[in-house]
Amino acid sequence: MEYILIIISAVFVNNIILSQFLGVCPFLGVSNKVSTAAGMSGAVTFVMAVATLVTYLLQYYVLIPLGIEFMQTVTFIVVIASLVQMVEIMMKKISPSLYQALGIFLPLITTNCAVLGVAILVVSKEFTFGGDPQLLNMSQAIVFSIANAIGFGLAMILFSGLREQLELANVPKEFKGVPIALITAGILALAFMGFAGLV
Amino acid sequence: MGKLNIITKGILKENPIFVLLLGMCPTLGTTTSAINGMGMGLATMFVLIMSNIVISLISSLIPSKVRIPSYIVVIASFVTILQLVMQAYLPGLYDTLGLFIPLIVVNCIVLGRAEAFASKNSIVDSALDGIGIGVGFTLGLTVLGAVRELLGSGALFGFKFIQGDGMLVFILAPGAFIALGYLLVLFNKYKAKL
Repeated sequence: MEYILIIISAVFVNNIILSQFLGVCPFLGVSNKVSTAAGMSGAVTFVMAVATLVTYLLQYYVLIPLGIEFMQTVTFIVVIASLVQMVEIMMKKISPSLYQALGIFLPLITTNCAVLGVAILVVSKEFTFGGDPQLLNMSQAIVFSIANAIGFGLAMILFSGLREQLELANVPKEFKGVPIALITAGILALAFMGFAGLV
Repeated sequence: MGKLNIITKGILKENPIFVLLLGMCPTLGTTTSAINGMGMGLATMFVLIMSNIVISLISSLIPSKVRIPSYIVVIASFVTILQLVMQAYLPGLYDTLGLFIPLIVVNCIVLGRAEAFASKNSIVDSALDGIGIGVGFTLGLTVLGAVRELLGSGALFGFKFIQGDGMLVFILAPGAFIALGYLLVLFNKYKAKL
């Protein structure tokens, strides 16, 4: 039951882009076409799930036992940066076709704050499932990270569809490009606010 | 390029928010009020100046293949220092900004300036560039925060002068996107007149 709650909460109610503002850079940067948005979402899902697993283990089996939680930011970002590099090399070797599809997005993911954001959230945010607030256990953490990645993908793909239509619209000169995209994103965020109170 | 020019270009001509469109996550996420926006801007400015200085010092020693990870480690160290200092002396602001303080590490502005400016210029110039871009970022965040606070709760810097609740949507997530969108429109219009 709590897995379903985590998924609905992360995908719709607390959507990572539209209500938490994590990963807005790729949201605005690579959302011109639906196909690139889908590619980016795929790469993010993969990296986010693996990165969360590794940083979760590091937090509970290295940082806390050694009493060096203040090293969290440095450790996590180094792990994510090297992980992205490793994923890129492995993907090139194992599945060249997947690499062709996702490869160009991988270097961009290091500076995607959604990945580091989710990695920090799962070890610091307390959730309530009808009972006392508690930190996530490992399987919940993995589900949480994948659900957030799905939320990221959903927002990206919806938004890129809207932007493809905007290309054809006749917008005033000052609104062209990013301003109209931001206002569109605002209206999309308004729509997602309709899910508030669902969980 | 004059020393003064390095500072002023960050404020208007290369403003990180309105022109370069970098660092959108903290821009949208922390500007629920003018004070919060300003706090976030100053925190980022500290990291920006310190990392620019250190990277400009050590850039000739780093092999170019591993420069990005090295820069990230330098930036992450300063963010950790900032986290500890803020936890000790500004716990209220630290709690409000929350996740966005550690996320300064992945702020594209900081890494962007390290790569584009600090690695190629002298220490003094890099520090000045950090100040200029930092002031530009802080100004942008404060303006956006002020607009959202004014429309959303009828207050400015915590000083309430309009009775009632205001348009709550501007404090919430959609208002951030819409307010920034319209500010960009105004900025574009003003820039065209220059």
